[in-house]
Amino acid sequence: MDRRQFHKILGAGLAAASLPSLIRPAFADGPLQVGFVYLGPVGDFGWTYQHNVGCQQAQAHFGDKVKTTYVENVPEGPDSEHVIADLAAKGNKLIFTTSFGYMNYTLKVAKQYPDVFFEHCTGYMRDKNVSTYNIRFYQGRYVQGVIDGKLTKSGLVGYIGSIPVPEVVQGMNAFLLGMRSVYPTAKLKFIMINSWYDPGKEGDAAKALIDQGCDVITQHTDSPTPLQTAKARGIKAFGEATDMTKFAPETQLTADVNDWGGYYIKRIQDVLDGKWTSTDTWGGFDSGMLSMAPFANMPDDVKALAEQAVADIKSGKNKVFVGPLTDQSGKLQLPAGQVMDDGTLSGLQWLVEGVEGKLS
Amino acid sequence: MMFFLTSLLVSVIAASTPLMLAATGELIAEKAGVLNLGVEGMMLVGAVTGFVVTHITGSTTLGILAAILAGAGMALIFSVLTLTILANQIATGLALTLFGKGFSSLLGRNYVGIAGPTLPKLDIPGLSTIPFLGPVLFGHDVLIYLSFALLAATAWFLYRTHAGLILRAVGDSHNAAHAIGYPVIRIRYAATLFGGAMAGLAGVYMSLSYSPMWAEDMVAGRGWIALALVVFAAWRPFWLFVGAYLFGGIMYLSLYVQGIGIPVPSALVSALPYLGTIVVLVIISRDRRRIRLNQPASLGKPFHATA
Amino acid sequence: MFKIEPRGYSSRFWSIGSPILALALTILLTGVIFAAMGQPPLIAVYTFLVAPLLEHNGLAALAIKAAPLIIIGVGLSLCYRTNVWNIGAEGQFTLGAIFGGALALAFPDAPAGLLFPAMLVMGMLGGMLWAAIPALLRTRFNANEILTSLMLHYVASLLLVYLVTGPLKDPHGFGFPQSALFSSAATTPIIVPRTGVHLGCALAPVIAALGWLLLNKSVLGFQLRVVGQAPRAARFAGFSENRLIWTAMLISGGLAGLAGIFEVAGPVGQLTTTISPGYGFTAVIVAFLGRINPIGVIFAGLLLALSYLGGDAAQIDLGLPNAVTGIFQGILLFFLLGCDLLILYRVKRVRPAAALAGAAP
Repeated sequence: MDRRQFHKILGAGLAAASLPSLIRPAFADGPLQVGFVYLGPVGDFGWTYQHNVGCQQAQAHFGDKVKTTYVENVPEGPDSEHVIADLAAKGNKLIFTTSFGYMNYTLKVAKQYPDVFFEHCTGYMRDKNVSTYNIRFYQGRYVQGVIDGKLTKSGLVGYIGSIPVPEVVQGMNAFLLGMRSVYPTAKLKFIMINSWYDPGKEGDAAKALIDQGCDVITQHTDSPTPLQTAKARGIKAFGEATDMTKFAPETQLTADVNDWGGYYIKRIQDVLDGKWTSTDTWGGFDSGMLSMAPFANMPDDVKALAEQAVADIKSGKNKVFVGPLTDQSGKLQLPAGQVMDDGTLSGLQWLVEGVEGKLS
Repeated sequence: MMFFLTSLLVSVIAASTPLMLAATGELIAEKAGVLNLGVEGMMLVGAVTGFVVTHITGSTTLGILAAILAGAGMALIFSVLTLTILANQIATGLALTLFGKGFSSLLGRNYVGIAGPTLPKLDIPGLSTIPFLGPVLFGHDVLIYLSFALLAATAWFLYRTHAGLILRAVGDSHNAAHAIGYPVIRIRYAATLFGGAMAGLAGVYMSLSYSPMWAEDMVAGRGWIALALVVFAAWRPFWLFVGAYLFGGIMYLSLYVQGIGIPVPSALVSALPYLGTIVVLVIISRDRRRIRLNQPASLGKPFHATA
Repeated sequence: MFKIEPRGYSSRFWSIGSPILALALTILLTGVIFAAMGQPPLIAVYTFLVAPLLEHNGLAALAIKAAPLIIIGVGLSLCYRTNVWNIGAEGQFTLGAIFGGALALAFPDAPAGLLFPAMLVMGMLGGMLWAAIPALLRTRFNANEILTSLMLHYVASLLLVYLVTGPLKDPHGFGFPQSALFSSAATTPIIVPRTGVHLGCALAPVIAALGWLLLNKSVLGFQLRVVGQAPRAARFAGFSENRLIWTAMLISGGLAGLAGIFEVAGPVGQLTTTISPGYGFTAVIVAFLGRINPIGVIFAGLLLALSYLGGDAAQIDLGLPNAVTGIFQGILLFFLLGCDLLILYRVKRVRPAAALAGAAP
């Protein structure tokens, strides 16, 4: 090491020590290191895959200014703590942890690394260097419901989920609310496959729902198998998380598309600009984090109705969870005219009237 | 009711086929005295190889052949270790599954999220539209018919041919078979490779037909179920068919009853196929004599010719 | 031409040499695979196997990861010595976590001195209960324990899903599938401050030593080994095979349950749907890698734990996919099993002519 290098390092160290920890800019030399922690393999073609697409978009956007690193297949549990800490120790200044089960571990590591910024996806606990972010998936479900309500003959939709976390409950309720906005007696049947990952079982669940009279299938699981099953049975279905048109071009009506890339780019830019603050982002259509795949395989008037539904939600005219809402037992949960607040909504645990089947 | 039965049967056939294919292969291997716990790994490698080759060449036939070869290739690793180098079969099988999971994920890395060609269905004009029988008997893809043909051929081979007799003799008493002059190791190699080939076929059925795509770990435990089915069937081909369809049926019905909305927590309903397997296993195994009659006596034991 | 020939005794040299040779061959082949993936092999191997130890808290992470593997692996090696093939330790681990965890949730205000030991006992009981089912089915109904124990693992994980989405769900957890956090009285004591190294890490080697003593220095251990190696001899000697199957299953189930409660009361801190990254299955490999010997299990557990940490490090530092971990573990086991041949057999070079001459009558 020569003297100049030595002074540079010393200087950087002194500068770092003298600045308040939260507004420390990225080191001028070398790219900003950004870490991602993934639950599944990037090859799951679902949740993790979609986050990784966002990660790649961010990398492409920033080029040399940013160096992204990801760790895949990180189990929810103590292992994640080790991985998050390792990323922080190796110079990552911004770390995205992309599954609910990382919540406690993200907060724990954040305390040990007060000058690193953390972003936890789908959680509800924050700290001064921990933000949370998520997508209002239910908005897309509502639009799907509107489309289905126009197309269905049986008035019965089949919904495939993994396990009934609040996000799935919101999704089922929103779908039926959308459907009932145009088909007031519509009903929803659901099957939870109770498995984190089993494309075969997802397809079987779709078959079971079709056998029970559902004439449109929507899914809250990751693989395109339910869509392919619907195609084989000659009915229509919705894709999930990403545009799945190529798997069944004549079958997919539309799909919710999770777009994490925009958020990642924005947050990375914030760090580069020294403007990062702890926030809680729950973005819908208006934020660009959620969009719909092209509306297809439906008449033009249904398409127009769907586009209107998106526009209304985007402008805030339609808040989706608006009273009067009654639950399965017929009890009034939200009086007429009231809008459900985000706190209640994010912990939603009851099903609206018209959903068949019990949660647990 | 008729409609319900038809669609139920068609769904169950699809769910049961990968189990039956893989279990048929394992049956032959076990009948020769080789216990290969690596079925899950072999299926995964078969699934990814078949998908990738189909995608590159555009030919499902080549894809299926490649999957068969890939499964057999995995079984070859197992055979060299357990038959030539006399390693413990249980441990080697577990290692094979571990390796297969990692290896398939590496192979399929660039093929995730790609819509692949699916297997052509065998539609016979006129026949497929016969009520009930039509959809149940016709309109499936080739591998489903093949699964039945191969199981029947296996039964015929085991109990109606001289070669089958020799294979069973090797599984029952390798020392006696060796003394008579049969090439024990060579026969076991052949049986294990057949088992691998069938697992590869089961895998490619999954990635080209059952859920036509490649995704990591998509076999999701079916290799283990196939292993259980062989014991469940007490090593008899007909009962293998019964077991595969029973399990496929319970698996499908456990999803089906949820849709009907029975007041039982869905997680517990999902446990039914596994509980069911245990119960039937117990009923079958209770009869020690029958087990002793059918279980290959040398199953899992290494053989080394001393003379 | 090579010929494999029994030694007629077990080679002391190779019983030590074989795992070392296997590890060396694994590193060599993994290096080749790294090279094929466009990585400099030496750096990649270093990142995978050495660097994780040198990191801040690297040794602590290793201990935390290895502890459950060792505790379960010791029980499994006793089991496998007895020729009882318990493959479902993952389910027994889960039941241990459920039993102990339910106690912690039921008595959040109980004093630590009482609650924590009671949780450990409950955890062991839970694991034993889950192992008792295959034991009963094997001894009473002759049902194959490989399959029943494996099937019960699926049932256990679904039972856990049911509990944390139903009766044990945290009422203040926004509906997420998890229990409330355990009270501090119900938390595994940390023995090295600020590292997360908990009581279970310290107990793991002790349990391994006890397992070794039991297996090699006690009458019971002798009986277990005889049943495993020569069941007929055991019958002549009047040992009850069924009693020993029960013993082996209960010990391995109890230890798996203990590992389960240590894990949820320690690093995890609550019940969730995902309390184990497959410790029960990895421990099967640990048991074999440790050559079904409780002391060997310590080394095997550490090595496997290291391979997980190495897998993470290889992703962070080199951008290698996670699949490398599984491939490494599989290859390591292949080589170890293969090299074990050298203990009981010798490989002899035979000249083709001589082989032909030998074959002539």
